[in-house]
Amino acid sequence: MSGGFLLVLALMLPAVGVAAMFAVPMRAPERIAWLVYPPTLAVVIAIAVAVGRSGEALSYTLGGWAPPLGLMLRADGASAVMMVMSAIILGLVGISACMQFHTPDGVREARVPFTFWALLLALWSALNLVFLAQDLFTLFVALELLTFAAVPLVCLNGKADTLQAALRYLLFALVGSVFYLLGVALIYGAYGMLDFAALRTVARDDLATSLAIALMVGGLMAKTAVFPVHLWLPPAHAGAPAPASAVLSALVIKAPFFLIVRLWFDLLPAQGLLAANMLAALGAASILFCSVLALRQARLKLMIAYSTVAQVGYLFLMFPLATSDAPWETLAWSGGLLQLVSHAFAKAAMFVAAGLIAEALGHDRIDDLAGAAKAAPISVFAFALAGLSLMGLPPSGGFNAKVMLISGAVMLEQWWIAVVILAGGVLAAGYVFRVIGKATADPAEGVEIRPVARSLEAVPLALAICALVIGFVPLQPFAYLAIGRATGVIP
Amino acid sequence: MMMVFDSALALLVLGVALLVVNANGARTAVIGFIALGLLLAVVWVRLGSVDVALTEAAIGGGATGILLLRACGRLRPSVSDTPSPGIILRIVAAALPVLLVVAIVAVVLDMPEPAPSLAAQAAAPMPELGLGNPVTAVLLAFRALDTLLEKVVLLLALLGVWSLTQDGRWGGAPPALDDGVAKGSLTLLARVLPPIGIVAGIYLVWAGADHPGGTFQGGAVLAGMWLLVMMAGLSKPPETAARWVRLALFAGPALFLAVGFAGFFIADGFLAYPPGLAKPIIVAVEAALTLSIAVIIALMVAGPAAKAPR
Amino acid sequence: MSPATLFGIMAAGLIGIGLYGLIVHPGALRKLLSFNLVGAGVFLLFGVAAQRGAGAGFTGDPVPQALVITGIVVAFAASALAVALLLRLIEVEHEDDAS
Repeated sequence: MSGGFLLVLALMLPAVGVAAMFAVPMRAPERIAWLVYPPTLAVVIAIAVAVGRSGEALSYTLGGWAPPLGLMLRADGASAVMMVMSAIILGLVGISACMQFHTPDGVREARVPFTFWALLLALWSALNLVFLAQDLFTLFVALELLTFAAVPLVCLNGKADTLQAALRYLLFALVGSVFYLLGVALIYGAYGMLDFAALRTVARDDLATSLAIALMVGGLMAKTAVFPVHLWLPPAHAGAPAPASAVLSALVIKAPFFLIVRLWFDLLPAQGLLAANMLAALGAASILFCSVLALRQARLKLMIAYSTVAQVGYLFLMFPLATSDAPWETLAWSGGLLQLVSHAFAKAAMFVAAGLIAEALGHDRIDDLAGAAKAAPISVFAFALAGLSLMGLPPSGGFNAKVMLISGAVMLEQWWIAVVILAGGVLAAGYVFRVIGKATADPAEGVEIRPVARSLEAVPLALAICALVIGFVPLQPFAYLAIGRATGVIP
Repeated sequence: MMMVFDSALALLVLGVALLVVNANGARTAVIGFIALGLLLAVVWVRLGSVDVALTEAAIGGGATGILLLRACGRLRPSVSDTPSPGIILRIVAAALPVLLVVAIVAVVLDMPEPAPSLAAQAAAPMPELGLGNPVTAVLLAFRALDTLLEKVVLLLALLGVWSLTQDGRWGGAPPALDDGVAKGSLTLLARVLPPIGIVAGIYLVWAGADHPGGTFQGGAVLAGMWLLVMMAGLSKPPETAARWVRLALFAGPALFLAVGFAGFFIADGFLAYPPGLAKPIIVAVEAALTLSIAVIIALMVAGPAAKAPR
Repeated sequence: MSPATLFGIMAAGLIGIGLYGLIVHPGALRKLLSFNLVGAGVFLLFGVAAQRGAGAGFTGDPVPQALVITGIVVAFAASALAVALLLRLIEVEHEDDAS
C-alpha cells in the first residue's frame, strides 16, 4: 500500500491546476501550468521508480471502499511507462508552446492561451486516469475527459475548416464513447461489477461478454483512428496548432489503444484468432492505405497526420501475434507497446518541427519546402531523426519495435504480417525522404525566409533523440512492461 | 394491467424515437426528442429509479431540449434540411442496426438468474454513512472519484464552449436569451415559477441524502429557473469573467477536491470521510456542487460571449 | 415477460434507431440527436440491470442508477459542446460568405 497516494497525486494535481485557473485571477494561466508541472513530473517518476524497485504494481483504494463496490487506482509496469512518456512529451511540447501561447502583456486572460494551458493540464489528468483506472465506467469518464480536453484544441484558430474538423472529431469520439458505454452496460448486466481484477476472475466465454468487448473495442478503435474509422483524424490533427497536433497525435489517440490492449489481454477470457486477425487486417489496411495517402499529400502537416494513422496500424498487428497464456511475455506484446512509445516521441518531434518549419517559410506546402534546412536546420534534422523511427531503421525505438513484431510474425509463420511491416517501412521512407529532399534543396531566388530561434529548435531535437535513445535499451522494456501483469488478479 | 401500460409505453417510446430520426425538419425532430425525454422519465419510474427519472426529466429532456431548440432557431434552413436517402440506401443502412438490435435482445433475454447486483454490498455501510438514499451514497462515497471527475468534465465542456468565443470578446457576456421568444406568457411564468423552482431545487438537494433527488436534479432545476428568467428578458446573462461567476464555477469542484485531500489527514485517505461526520460533509459538498452545476448548465446553454467585456 | 425484459428490448430498439439515424443523417444536429437516442438506450440497459438487481430493501441496484446519473450529465455536456461548435461554424461560414 505504501506510495499508493502517489497515484492520487498524479491524477489530481493537474486537475487542481485547471480548477485554480478558473478561480485565481493570477495573470497568465501558463504560470499555473508551470507551477503544477514539476511536482506532477516528480510524482510520476516516483511511481515508475517504486514499481521498478518492488517489481509489483502500485495500487490505491479510494475512500477505503474496495472494489467491486468502490474504486481502485493501480499502476503496473506498462501504465508507469505510459505515464512517464506522457509527462516528458507534455513538458517538452509545453516548452515549445510558451512563445506561441503567451498571454499578452497587460491582459489578465486571453482566449487562446487560457484555453490551451487549461486543456493541456486537463489532458494530463485524463491520460493518467486512463492509465491508472481499474473500473470500466471510470474509464468511460476518463475517455470523455480526454475528448473534451482534445477537441477544442483542434479549432483554437477559430477558422471554418478547423471548426468543421473539430466538430467531426467530436462526433466520432462521442459515437465511440457511446458504443464503449454500451459494452460496459452489457458487462454490468452480466456480472454486476466493473472492476478489471474482479471481472477477470469470473469472466465467461459467452455471447454477452464477447458482444460487450467487441462493442467496447469497436468504440475505442474509432477514437484510435484505425482504418476505416480514421477519417476524422487527418483534418483535425493537421488543423490544430503544432504543439496541440503533437500532443493529439503522440498521446491522445494512444490512450484508447492502451485500453483496447487491456480489454483484450486482461479481460477477454478467450481471444479468438479470427477476431485477432481481423484487428490485424485493419491495422495492415491502415499501414498500406494511409502510407500511400501520406505520400500523396501536398501539405506537410496533413502528410504527418496520415502517417499517424499508418503508424497506429502497426499497433494492431500485435493481437494475432501475442497468443500465449502469458501474452505479455511474447515479443509482439512488448514490440507493440514499444511501437506506441517510440511513435509518440517521433511524432511529437515531427509535428513540433513542422510547426517551426512552417513558421520559417510562412507555409507548409511540401513542394515549396526548399530553403527549410537553411532557416530551421535543427528542425529538419530532428524531422529526419524521427523519420528513422517511422521507417523502422536503426538506431531507433521504431526499429526495435518493428523487429520484435516481425520476429513474432516469423515465429508464428504469419508471413503476411511481416510483409506488411516491411512494405510500410518502404512507404514511410518514401514520404520522409520526399520531405527531406525538398527541405534540403537550395531556396529559389526571392523566397523570403525568417530563420527561427535555435532555442526553440531544441524541443523537436530532444523529442527525436528520445525516440532514438529508446532504440538503445532493447531488453529493458521487456521485463519492466510485464510488471504487475501476471498478477492481474488481485491476490 | 401494468403489463399493458408498460407495453404501450415501450411502443410509444419507439414510435417517438422513429419520429425523431425520420422527421423532415430539425425542429420537429428536436420537439420529438423533448417529448421522448418525458416518456423516458416515466420508463425510469417503472424501472424503480426515481433519482434517474428526475435527472432524465431535468437534464436529459429539459436542459438538452432547450439547448437543441435554441440551436434549431439559429440554423440556416439549408443546414437543417435533410437530404432524404433513397430506399435502397435506407435498407442497407438499416442492416447494421438490425444486427445490433438482434444481438442485444439475445443478450437481454439471456441475462443471468439471479441477477448479479451490488445492492447488498451497498446497503451494508449505509448506517455508518448516515445516508438514507443509496444512490447518493454511491455518487458521493463509494464512487466519489467518478463524481468528482465528472465535475471536471463539466468544467472542461464549459471551457470548450467558451473557447469558441470570438477574439476580443473573451470574458464578455453571452448573447441575451430573450430573442424570438413569445414574451407575454413567459414573463408571467418567469415571475411566478422561480421562487417555487428555487425552493424545489434546494429541497431536492436537501432531501437527496435520504430520498430520491440530489445535486444534479437540484442544480438542473435551479439552472432551468435562471434560464427561464433570462429567456423572459427579466435578466441578462452575466459576464463570463465576472468574479462571482468564476467563484460559483469553482466552489463545488474545489470544495469536493479539498474534502478529498483532507481525507488524507482526517480519515483513511483520499475521498474518505471521518466516521460520524460523513453525512454533514456530504451535504455540504452537495450544496456547493449544486450551485456550481446550476451555473455551469445555464452558462453552457447561454453559449460563448457575444459582447466584449466592459 | 417482466418489465425489465420488456424495457431491455425497448432499449435495444432505441439503440438501433439511433444507430440508423447516425448512419443516414449527414447533418451534425441530426447526428447529435441520434447520438442522444443511442445514449438513452444504453442508459436504459443500465436501468434494466439495476431493476433486476433490486434487493437489500432497495427498489434497484443503486450502483448502475448512479452510473446513469453521471452518464446523463456527461451526455449533456457533450451535446452542449457539439451545439456550440455547430453554431460557431455556421457563424464563421456566414462571415466568410459575406466577405
